[in-house]
Amino acid sequence: MSVIGAYARALAVRTGFAQPVASVRHIHLAEAPLVLVPLRMAGEANAPLAAMAGTDELSGTLLVVPQPRDRDLRFAFAGLLGDLLLGYVERCAAAGSEPVKPPRTPRQPAGRPLPDSLLSGSPSSSPGGAGGAAVAAGPEGTAGAADGDLRADEDALAAAEATGPERFLDAPQVLVPNRAGVEFARLFGRSTRFRSTLGEYAVPAGVPLLGRWLTFLAQRAEHPGSSALVAMTEALTLHWATGQSALEDANLAALMAWIDPPDGLSGPEAARLAEDPRTWPPAGPTTDPQFDNRVLAPAIAAYDEAIALLREQAGLAGAPDPLLADPDVIDSRFRAADLGAARVWPGAPDAPVQSWLRARDEVERAVRGQIEPTWRLMWRAVRRLRELPDAASVPRRWEQDRTRFTSYYAYLRDEDGGLPQARRDGAVAAARRLAVLERELAAYEADQAFDDPLVLANQRVTGDAFVGTVVAAERDRRIANERGTLVTRPLVEVVTVDPVRLPIGTKVCSPARVGQTGVIMSLEPAADGLLVSLELSGGMGRAKVPPPGSVPDMDEVISYTSVLPDGAFSAALPAPEDTPWTHGGPPTPYEPTDGDAEETWA
Amino acid sequence: MLTVRPGPRDSPAALAARVTDAILADLRSRRHRGVVVDSPPGAGKSTLVVRAATEFALADEPLMIVAQTNEQVDDLVERLAADLADKAPEARVGRLGRAGYVPPPRIDGLPNVAVGSDLRTLGDPHLVVATAAKWAYVKDRAWRWAIVDEAYQMRSDALLAIARLFEQALFVGDPGQLDPFSTVDNDRWRGLTWDPMQSAVAVLLRSNPDLPVHRLPVSWRLPRSAERVVADAFYPFTGFQTGNGPGDRLLTFTGTSRPGAAGPGTARARPGGSGGTLGRAPAGAVDDVLDMAAATGWGLLELPARHTLRTDAEAVRAVADVARRLVARGAVARSLDRGGEEHPVTASRIAIGTAHRDQAAAVRAALGDDLPGVVVDTANRLQGREYDVTVVLHPLSGRRDATAFHLEAGRLCVLASRHRQACVVVARAGIRDLLDTHPSGEPVHLHEPVRFPDGWAANQTVLAHLERHAVRL
Repeated sequence: MSVIGAYARALAVRTGFAQPVASVRHIHLAEAPLVLVPLRMAGEANAPLAAMAGTDELSGTLLVVPQPRDRDLRFAFAGLLGDLLLGYVERCAAAGSEPVKPPRTPRQPAGRPLPDSLLSGSPSSSPGGAGGAAVAAGPEGTAGAADGDLRADEDALAAAEATGPERFLDAPQVLVPNRAGVEFARLFGRSTRFRSTLGEYAVPAGVPLLGRWLTFLAQRAEHPGSSALVAMTEALTLHWATGQSALEDANLAALMAWIDPPDGLSGPEAARLAEDPRTWPPAGPTTDPQFDNRVLAPAIAAYDEAIALLREQAGLAGAPDPLLADPDVIDSRFRAADLGAARVWPGAPDAPVQSWLRARDEVERAVRGQIEPTWRLMWRAVRRLRELPDAASVPRRWEQDRTRFTSYYAYLRDEDGGLPQARRDGAVAAARRLAVLERELAAYEADQAFDDPLVLANQRVTGDAFVGTVVAAERDRRIANERGTLVTRPLVEVVTVDPVRLPIGTKVCSPARVGQTGVIMSLEPAADGLLVSLELSGGMGRAKVPPPGSVPDMDEVISYTSVLPDGAFSAALPAPEDTPWTHGGPPTPYEPTDGDAEETWA
Repeated sequence: MLTVRPGPRDSPAALAARVTDAILADLRSRRHRGVVVDSPPGAGKSTLVVRAATEFALADEPLMIVAQTNEQVDDLVERLAADLADKAPEARVGRLGRAGYVPPPRIDGLPNVAVGSDLRTLGDPHLVVATAAKWAYVKDRAWRWAIVDEAYQMRSDALLAIARLFEQALFVGDPGQLDPFSTVDNDRWRGLTWDPMQSAVAVLLRSNPDLPVHRLPVSWRLPRSAERVVADAFYPFTGFQTGNGPGDRLLTFTGTSRPGAAGPGTARARPGGSGGTLGRAPAGAVDDVLDMAAATGWGLLELPARHTLRTDAEAVRAVADVARRLVARGAVARSLDRGGEEHPVTASRIAIGTAHRDQAAAVRAALGDDLPGVVVDTANRLQGREYDVTVVLHPLSGRRDATAFHLEAGRLCVLASRHRQACVVVARAGIRDLLDTHPSGEPVHLHEPVRFPDGWAANQTVLAHLERHAVRL
């Protein structure tokens, strides 16, 4: 934990209310994000019990699996959830598109265009450039998608499509309550994306697509700075510090109690109430064990009995299994009474139908009681986050999400595309992805400090950044560079009281003048602090004497940080088919088989 | 693991020579695409690299050498140039650097060294040395042979980027040191044989389990007093022996510092230096721990238990005081295993090691203008370096929790194995309790080989040893 974070927590304990640790919102928040609250059944790996989803607090759709152990119901549920998510995805795609600016580096050595989008705003002049990512970018990249573990590698695809002429104006943003919700999305995506819509265990058409989109979202969630799939607890703790532990912060109700307690209660009091699972059921996906044992288990047992009775009656009447053609997943958009006898066979006796409907209602009522408090809490958290202004770099990062969305949307429609994402990365794909993630993390951390003085304060405490007053400025200083030409290199002196721990020669940058870098020339103790002398370059135009304002002026209060986005690129990695012997050699080419859906442990 | 069993009358030198011969024979046999050499601290890893490189140069076989940092490359170039000047005066060493690289004085202008940022301008030398990062940009050229130095410090994705450049390679490194790390925290590659977060050697050996693995048996750096504890804690299954016997390394205090050997503030009267008075370590305790270290090779200066910030002001001051007193008392290091060679322990022969950069900065600030030339750095940056005496701020000192970072065996191993004479550790009391309340709780991942030694156990072993050399405040 950073010193500022620790201080804010101590302050939260002292005051009884959460303290801000950010002054702007570092994540994108869509106008109408899709809030998704999943629940799973205890005791079975990632078996969905229910989900509430929607882009409006007042019209959330509740889907419940009345018997989560039933595989047919599970995939019927996945089909319905898939339809919901796909509808949202299509609405985002239908919101229009914009032309993509041509990449800054027109050609790279391999002769293929370099995708600007991969560079996350960093300079693209290094030799080899983002060649590592770009190698998979071209047609070969898509061919590589059929290459064993490299199928549909997200980054390669994004690179391939980022050079397309258009980018969607909107992209899906899914908000889940917590990190476990992200994990649920990842695992549920994995268990559905390999399913086949044909053959012996055919699933509804929406199921494999749901798997692909959930996997897309879960993979985006790994990227620092992405807002495609956000865990609400993490979004909140990015902006507020509470007086409780990180473990307690993972409880959405307790966290919101600190941030936004009810009138008349302090944070700790409200958090204590919020920890009672009877008033604030867990935000999932795991449900409260007491609820499981006392409410859910009997309700499911009653449902099972009612179904058994209904089937027995159908057998007696010589009618087909009433629920075989249309698996019985509860969907809050349809009223149970409307189903009635119409769902079963004509002339069915009323009593078993009614007891079935009652048992169904009972399961729905029980689950709704567990899921709705979290649903409302999610929307309260959305409103609270919306009060913060966007950080300056949020649109740029969201553009990245939109670019990836555009390319994946196109890939799913491509005639050669649409393969499910690989179960694991190959050697080259793994190295490539790691390089992208490291670059994005460095850029995101630098962005946050640039956008937000409260985040910059962390760096000031550790001595990596400083804020001071300009006491001398030599705006028109010109010196000879190594080739002998005169260049403008203004010199400014800043007095600071911050504990600067930067060696001479360190490159620094100021949020006030992005694009201008300073090099620390000297550090000398002054009467009232430390005198830092900086030589500036860039961001001054081409005039011999920089225009006023392009160089810090006397008495200006200015901040400088040494935490800059990592401009260095990893060199080109080999193509997957050239994986060297040190890493196990080239992977065997991928042939789709019926066994794809099987897990090794299943 | 191929080991050469020591015979009863084997001298360390003979033992080491036999292993080196076996390694070179394996390499020359061309039966394996790779040969791995594990080396405990100071076991002559660089000597092996230089010797192998010289053999390639004598046989007129072009060779590429990969190291991990620019300092390591410069060190190697310096040693190679000196060795080749004697044995193969015709041979040239190429030092490939980034554009704008300025060679340090020790290699600048050497007649048999060519420096450049582009392979074409180097003039086709027999040996080319560069960092892994630089090699990754070399195109259209391949070598039959490569030597990869400090291969355990190299991340496997760095090896992936350069493996196309060579057909066969010798991988040399110290498995006990710090693993490479990533800023990214992601479990998605766990258990894969090509996990990009693992070290190059780990991935190489999992992908090619038949490669021969040799082990250098003798540490020429560490004093005999460090043999048991470092071997037990960090090399529990392989062990090593030191090249010197009991009493071969002597650290004595002459009582006076040479003029100019240290900066101001080294007079006996002010051992506390320029810092405030709060928690200043009494000169008596600092002298006692130095006497202990001189007599036994180890010293633990134990401060009262307290939970502190990372830059614990009292501990930092104590570290600085120990270093100051060491120079002020005119320490002299003598090595009987080097024919009785002796020299004063000046600031440049001392290293101060910490876990975090801000701790290093705090120690540097506490030293002020005293002891210019003393190296104060983190474990990561002290890897592969050698000093007469090291002063270590224990990674767990004053902490409330023991995270995987602070428990990492490699971190402690680096800090506890840089010295030729003695190591003084400064720590808050209570580390034993901290360890007991924080057993390693890292998740175990499927298909991921368990890494030995375990950091928690290694910390316990070292602490148990240090407690026998403790001076308490």
